[in-house]
Amino acid sequence: MRDRLLKVLQKVTTQPLNIGDEDSLFESGLLDSFALPDLVSGLEEEFSFKVPDSDLNPRKFDSIARIEAYLSEHAKV
Amino acid sequence: MSYIHGFGAYLPERVVTNAVLASQLSCTAEWIESVSGIRERRWAGEETVADLAILAARDCLRRSGIEASRLGLLIVSSGSAERRFPGPGSTVAAALGLNGTPVIDLPLASAGSIFGLSLASQLAASYGEIMVVAAEKMSAVIQGAALDRNTAILFGDGAGAALVSSRPGRFEVLDSVLHTDGGFRDDLALDWGSPLRMNGLTVILQAARKLPAVIGEVLKRQNIPAAEVTQFVMHQANQNLITRVAKALGVDASLMFSNVSKYGNTSSASMLIAAAEWEPSPGPVVFAGFGAGFNWGALVARRE
Repeated sequence: MRDRLLKVLQKVTTQPLNIGDEDSLFESGLLDSFALPDLVSGLEEEFSFKVPDSDLNPRKFDSIARIEAYLSEHAKV
Repeated sequence: MSYIHGFGAYLPERVVTNAVLASQLSCTAEWIESVSGIRERRWAGEETVADLAILAARDCLRRSGIEASRLGLLIVSSGSAERRFPGPGSTVAAALGLNGTPVIDLPLASAGSIFGLSLASQLAASYGEIMVVAAEKMSAVIQGAALDRNTAILFGDGAGAALVSSRPGRFEVLDSVLHTDGGFRDDLALDWGSPLRMNGLTVILQAARKLPAVIGEVLKRQNIPAAEVTQFVMHQANQNLITRVAKALGVDASLMFSNVSKYGNTSSASMLIAAAEWEPSPGPVVFAGFGAGFNWGALVARRE
């Protein structure tokens, strides 16, 4: 799952993924407000699931660790 | 059945360029344009929200060829009105010489135009000629506290208007859809005496999903493929968002009318200001908006 997640993340950011699992993707500058929708769409496509609108909250996608936790709970991994 | 007969707009004269804001916000004019598509915006001086609304309403009446005395209902949207009550609608009505015509104020911010237009299309059979006006003085909001780079670069002042009735006119309204999700009510909010609060990440994430979805919803109800729409006019929030909605719908970005580079985000006024500068080809056209609440909606009409 992790490799697939990182592949999606790398696709939507122009910067190298030199970041800790708990570091904020937004504060580090890896993601901005317009890359975030691309990240969510990319995850939905890669993991064949749909993030409900009620879960479209940046906090759920703010770090690699949080995305992994979300995917573990909701996606087909 | 209801029809949109015409639009109107008013923009204050003062132009505030990115360069002027950049010097106060420790950023560059180019950065502002890259993140928003905005080059300049208008800021009002002493004019109130109602002053802006009155001028847009008069422009709309002139373009639609009717007298104010024929109005059966006035709907006025603003998220930046100066007082709690009465809303600016009463002042607009008085200025138009109306002393018995009902007025509804919609304090909805950015989705106010689409809600007003949709409500007017539903109420036209009962109220006759309905004027929808949306006016915003966002410069007063963003200058009410220390300038915040995330919001100060975006917003501008202005007003737009539309005339709706059940007599045949330029655009036949086919259908509309409105939605609200109060779960995100604190992500974009303006409390009295406090600065504008905007969680930009949440706003863009939600808008990027909900706008294409609601446009798809209203088109599906009318069995109209997005590819057949001759033009879309949305709330002018940010050029990047407008382009993203086109991509999600699978239509060419050139079909999305945009004047955000000239006026910035004028909140509820933006969609009607855009419509007043817009001349679509015959065929289906779509209006859509998204804003604080979150409130969002879309309306499909046919240009004859």
